[in-house]
Amino acid sequence: MMASFMEYLDMGGYARYVWPAYGLVIAAIVLNIWTARRALKRARIEAIRRLAIKGRPLGENTP
Amino acid sequence: MAWTWFHRLGSPPYIYKFAAKLTPWFGWAAAVLIAGGLIGGLLISPADYQQGEGYRILYVHAPTAWMSMQVYMVMAIASAVGLIWRIKVAHAVAASCGSMGATFTACALATGSLWGAPMWGTFWEWDPRIIFELVLLFQFLGYVGLRAAIDDTQRADRISAVLAIVGVINIPIIHYSVEWWNSLHQTASVMKLGKPSMPLNMLIPLLMMFFGYSVLFVALLLVRVRAELLSRERSASWIRDVVRA
Repeated sequence: MMASFMEYLDMGGYARYVWPAYGLVIAAIVLNIWTARRALKRARIEAIRRLAIKGRPLGENTP
Repeated sequence: MAWTWFHRLGSPPYIYKFAAKLTPWFGWAAAVLIAGGLIGGLLISPADYQQGEGYRILYVHAPTAWMSMQVYMVMAIASAVGLIWRIKVAHAVAASCGSMGATFTACALATGSLWGAPMWGTFWEWDPRIIFELVLLFQFLGYVGLRAAIDDTQRADRISAVLAIVGVINIPIIHYSVEWWNSLHQTASVMKLGKPSMPLNMLIPLLMMFFGYSVLFVALLLVRVRAELLSRERSASWIRDVVRA
């Protein structure tokens, strides 16, 4: 069981090419999700700030 | 009239709310497809008769390369729509594509390099398709840089739209490079007329990865477009409603 798992991880000797490729792509996906969510969060905070400066109260969640 | 749906597509508040509703659907569809593609590609599909297990880089390389071109097409078409009909939402879509396109292109180049090392004996070769994919990376980076360099959003929209539209010439060059020049890359084996030259247990995980990336791109685009719309609208009252929620 353990031996066959190690053999699988070895990818027929191509492990040092296959796993970095998969790792890189998954990291890129995670990075893209993170930056997109951060962009929306920042735009919301910025919009709230902009509206608050204009002097009209927004409600309870106004900073 | 039948045209009202078209006008709604150009309306920021409508798009903002619509995008917020659609995002989880596309996000979960992407998660399921990519998970299925990874399981299929890493566990179910057989080893290649020539490249053994090493060919499994295919499942992350080909879909990212296709996506790099698809994202560019979306960016260029959105730019053209924005430029011709002066639709703010279209410019917001184009602006959202740049950084995502750059990461897909960088992934295509890097995974290609990791695949080329054992199979072609080199991490880098001045192969036509690789050269034009590298050009595509610089196009995305140039687009992002150009936008960042111009403070006035409307001017940035117009100028970067022209850059995106002119650059579209590279897409058919990348696609047909393997036929026009001698290339280390194979000619089309999936996107061609007739049957793909690949068994189903390899083709299905590959297509799942491709569609998974496509819906992931849509999900991320929906999030980024909302951010763009919020930062573009200066005083619209609809912003008051959506940020309060």
